[in-house]
Amino acid sequence: MKRYSVFAVAREALRYHTGWERAWRSPEPKKKYDVIIVGAGGHGLATAYYLGKNFGITNVAILEKGWLGGGNTGRNTTIIRSNYLQDPSAAIYEKARSLYETMSQDLNYNVMFSPRGVMMLAQTQHEIRGYQRTAHANSLQGVKTEFITPQRVKELVPIINIDGPRYPVLGALWQARGGTARHDAVAWGYARACSDMGMDVIQKCEVTAIRTEGGKVKGVDTNRGSIDCDKLGGIVAGNTSVLTEMAGFRVPIESVALQALVSEPIKPCMDVVVMANTVHGYMSQSDKGEMVIGGGTDGFNNYTQRGSFHHIEETVRALNETFPIISRLKMLRQWGGIVDVTGDRSPILSKTPVEGMFINAGWGTGGFKAIPGSGWAMAELMAKGHSPLTEEFSMWRFGEGKFIDESVAAGVAH
Amino acid sequence: MLILECPCCGVKSEETEFHAGGEAHLKRFGPGSTDAEFEGYLFMRENKRGVHFERWRHVNGCGKWFLAARDTNTLEFFGFYPAQTHEPPQDIKDKISAKHPGWSWREFQ
Ligand SMILES: Cc1cc2nc3c(=O)[nH]c(=O)nc-3n(C[C@H](O)[C@H](O)[C@H](O)COP(=O)(O)OP(=O)(O)OC[C@H]3O[C@@H](n4cnc5c(N)ncnc54)[C@H](O)[C@@H]3O)c2cc1C
Ligand SMILES: [Zn+2]
Repeated sequence: MKRYSVFAVAREALRYHTGWERAWRSPEPKKKYDVIIVGAGGHGLATAYYLGKNFGITNVAILEKGWLGGGNTGRNTTIIRSNYLQDPSAAIYEKARSLYETMSQDLNYNVMFSPRGVMMLAQTQHEIRGYQRTAHANSLQGVKTEFITPQRVKELVPIINIDGPRYPVLGALWQARGGTARHDAVAWGYARACSDMGMDVIQKCEVTAIRTEGGKVKGVDTNRGSIDCDKLGGIVAGNTSVLTEMAGFRVPIESVALQALVSEPIKPCMDVVVMANTVHGYMSQSDKGEMVIGGGTDGFNNYTQRGSFHHIEETVRALNETFPIISRLKMLRQWGGIVDVTGDRSPILSKTPVEGMFINAGWGTGGFKAIPGSGWAMAELMAKGHSPLTEEFSMWRFGEGKFIDESVAAGVAH
Repeated sequence: MLILECPCCGVKSEETEFHAGGEAHLKRFGPGSTDAEFEGYLFMRENKRGVHFERWRHVNGCGKWFLAARDTNTLEFFGFYPAQTHEPPQDIKDKISAKHPGWSWREFQ
């Protein structure tokens, strides 16, 4: 792999950019791999990357039914933060956030991580108490956050309207090293690094069946033939239930649509990420100047990657009060992704009833921020059979009543 | 946007008049059931890419609960029927079979 650098840019500029090579190979599937990862979203690719980097396992294929990052990884609003309430969550999300800090250097690929600060507005008395509790929990967990006053909010976000009338801003939970990153670049950067380690990233390859023998995984059938493996990682977000049904077991996950939209580009006006969970809306400004807006999920199961329009209306209506400036903006694009939601709003990184098969799913509305930490932990789980970061996230925690309840702490898509 | 027809009052309207209530025909398990049954009742939900039976409530109308059969892959409704049933009516099942031969659902009780 040729490294990207300022010298490479200069060299290519002098020879009309004829020397750039493809970022990753497009190989034909082999008959057998040590590990197959199903799903080339951020979590699948990061898992493969750390299998190679941390454990030297490189006879790996990553199978993707569509195109790289074409699932939720390429559809999200890219908010990165680690201010969760429960200890197991803080551990994996903060691991991820800290890996984002050096991801561009580690991958030699600019993922445009921008730790511009994430602010979660408290707009009811209940939220004030909730976020103060989270701030205290975070200080015990070693995650740097603070609860700030409405005046500080106004200083950080001059375009905000803090006095109401329906939802005044009463304070905010502020994580200064939270922020955003370029979602496609995260997928592309990992794919390039995986390909460089000799792994096969295979697009347009849909897994249609999982073959087992005596309760142990043998391989998968795909639209490009059968492929054998010793270990299988199912990392397919909204399609998890479909995949586990192929393997003959169920998971406590439901698939619903989550939508986002962007406005026409405008001059820089807001250099932090603001989330307003009570009204189900959040907003940041992209480097192109578009206001990136996300809202809440639909209430019914859905696999169409299309959401209900009234949710967009509700989100925009609510944000209009807090950000009067957006009321005249034209919206350019709106889209949806199918997110995988669990009962306690925490993910599942787990062994399964099928020996040799593992799943990493249930990240729901908020898994972009977790990609590197999840990949790190999942690789350890698949390579060694256990990982301190995944221990609490087993698929059996529901039956045992050991929830990692983040529904109160998050309350909204993010 | 979904269009639903309430089988209780007969009103046909778009989805903002209704509220989705999750999987239909759940069998309730309580004291005396096994751990697996109780876990299944509380947390495991049918999540098919295809035919789905579900509860809806006509919140901004007659206020009643009813059931519906819908395709989660196309958002097409196959029909609406009263909540006081353990199983979808035959005409709805036939309609589904015409489109999805061999469709499956967990056991109706
Ligand atoms: C609108 C929206 C906004 C969001 N905003 C945020 C945010 O601000 N911050 C945040 O942290 N998170 C956010 N999220 C959540 C985040 O996008 C996801 O949690 C995360 O991207 C999931 O990554 P993944 O790799 O698990 O899944 P995906 O990126 O969906 O990848 C799964 C892949 O598996 C493939 N696949 C499925 N079935 C098969 C099969 N049978 N064979 C082969 N391949 C298969 C799919 O094609 C897909 O590419 C948002 C999500 C949406 C939809
Ligand atoms: Zn009615």
